[in-house]
Amino acid sequence: MKAIIELAGVRKTYRSGSIEFEALRGVDTRIDEGEYVAVIGPSGSGKSTLMNILGCLDNPTEGSYLLAGEDVSRMSEAQLAEVRNRRIGFVFQQFHLLSSLPAWRNVELPLVYAGVPRAARRERAIEALTRVGLADRIDNKPGELSGGQQQRVAVARALVTEPALILADEPTGNLDSASTADVLALLEELHGAGRTIVLITHEHEVARNAQRNLVIRDGEITSDELTGAHA
Amino acid sequence: MNWFETVRAGIEAIRAHRLRSALTMLGIVIGISSVILTVGLGQGAQDQVKQQISALGSNLLIVSPGSSTDATGMRRGFGSASTLTLNDATAIADGSVVPDAKSVAPTTSTSTALTAGQTNWTTSVVGTTTNWLGVRTRQVSDGRFFTADEVTQAADVVVLGSDTATQLFSFGSPVGQTVSVDGTPMTVIGVLAPSGSSSSGTSEDDQAVMPISTAMRLSGSTTGSVSTIYVEAMSANTLSAAYQEINALLLNTHGVSADAADFNIATQDSLVATANSTNKTLTVLLGGIAAISLLVGGIGVMNIMLVSVTERIREIGLRKALGATPSVIRRQFLVEASVLGLAGGVIGVAIGYVGATVLPGLINQPVSVSAFATLAAIGTALALGIGFGVYPASRAARLTPIDALRSE
Ligand SMILES: Nc1ncnc2c1ncn2[C@@H]1O[C@H](COP(=O)(O)OP(=O)(O)O)[C@@H](O)[C@H]1O
Ligand SMILES: [Mg+2]
Repeated sequence: MKAIIELAGVRKTYRSGSIEFEALRGVDTRIDEGEYVAVIGPSGSGKSTLMNILGCLDNPTEGSYLLAGEDVSRMSEAQLAEVRNRRIGFVFQQFHLLSSLPAWRNVELPLVYAGVPRAARRERAIEALTRVGLADRIDNKPGELSGGQQQRVAVARALVTEPALILADEPTGNLDSASTADVLALLEELHGAGRTIVLITHEHEVARNAQRNLVIRDGEITSDELTGAHA
Repeated sequence: MNWFETVRAGIEAIRAHRLRSALTMLGIVIGISSVILTVGLGQGAQDQVKQQISALGSNLLIVSPGSSTDATGMRRGFGSASTLTLNDATAIADGSVVPDAKSVAPTTSTSTALTAGQTNWTTSVVGTTTNWLGVRTRQVSDGRFFTADEVTQAADVVVLGSDTATQLFSFGSPVGQTVSVDGTPMTVIGVLAPSGSSSSGTSEDDQAVMPISTAMRLSGSTTGSVSTIYVEAMSANTLSAAYQEINALLLNTHGVSADAADFNIATQDSLVATANSTNKTLTVLLGGIAAISLLVGGIGVMNIMLVSVTERIREIGLRKALGATPSVIRRQFLVEASVLGLAGGVIGVAIGYVGATVLPGLINQPVSVSAFATLAAIGTALALGIGFGVYPASRAARLTPIDALRSE
């Protein structure tokens, strides 16, 4: 299998004033195309820090990150923007939807930056919303939707560009158990469609859905094992 | 993302945040409309003076007596001496000496009480010659002006200004009626058409004009001194030639050097220049007020824009996470700020124009809006919006997406 993510000696140090905090202390790992990986660890262990680096939302202090074989540290701002736009779909714990826009306009945003014409954007956004079971909510603003529905809008936004890699940071952290099951089923479906999924969570029941679990503690990967979930 | 999409997104963002957009525009609107009004007031005052001066006539030179020197050697103001006489007027009218003078009208002027029946009215009684009508570009609306014969005979005839006529004779035509000037009964032979210069109530429409010989007889003057000699030059091009000729003639006949000239020659241009320099204080004052209101408006815009960008840093972070480049973010805010600035500017200009139409009726002051002030105002509005909107946004666009997303 081809590697989509290769990390070598990745460290991240946060500085606030004179206080330094090392959130990642040398992470080495490799994730192949089509894998479904859960990153699991207690709160404060560095999971989000890791995901932000994987998503090119933040830069590592040290170490190298190859995304689909390309060194991210050599990319310009514009190239990074394009990578985020074309290759990665994000799902955040806090949803991060724009409250002033209706569901379909939130979903089409990545397509706007990809330069897709307006008519095609609307069509694809509605298609994506239909896939997450929100065909009847396309014109609703986030405030008019439940938490579970908002997260499904966010998932639709992550999959609308058909990215190879989906990064989900505690996507079920703010959801009830029924909505959690919905979102996990969607991720499972995307995995079935050949996407690489990196799911970040601190719940073991959630992590069990992935094929592979990376356990992280105090900024270091302490275990990396297959769960035996069906491939 | 092309410009069309960017403009669309900018307008949507403005509509999505109505209150904030309205407050931002309000600052610009207040600043711009007050600039237009204050500049318009200053300009209006200048225009009014210019109009009054040009209503005096065209290609006009105004010769007035110079300052007199009293026994102690103190010079008094221009016009205080009685150094100009009918002889000077006759000399200026001599085509071989002053070839560039087309027409000459000497005038005397005194304030005198007029009586018609029971009605009393004090006005300025002007004694002059038949040329006055042409030189001052006036017209008779009723009856006729006096003739050269009447000047020679010092006939007891008078032509009234339109306001004077209304004051003295409320009903019917005054022509043919008798009016008593300082006790002497005189026949009203005509009424002057209103001067058409600006507001009514100026002395141009409140005066009684009679032959200069009659006026001198009434005042008992034997010196033949006049208060002003109006000279109409052949054309605008010969105005300064006429000026030189008259100046040389009067210096020569009065036997004085240029330093000690006992007369003063003014052109309409020089009058306008003098009036403008007086008005400059007013203009500077009004301009200062305008600048302050613009500054206050600008600070308001800056405040709201700063708050708005801070509020929207997370939006900027999200857009970056979804693939927006810093330049796309900058463009988005540039468009938003320009649309706000432009809309505020246009509304401000509209309010300024409405004010300029309504205000003169309320405060009896003309307000003239200039295209230059309007364009400058819109330009300022745009600059305010862009300067205060784009700068903080472009700083935010440089944050890493995660720092922007995580900001509170
Ligand atoms: N911007 C930051 N500045 C300083 N410290 C941070 C910052 N972000 C995270 N941290 C610290 O880094 C550690 C890891 O954080 P995070 O990656 O968010 O953990 P997790 O997502 O596993 O809960 C925590 O101790 C957190 O306090
Ligand atoms: Mg976290």
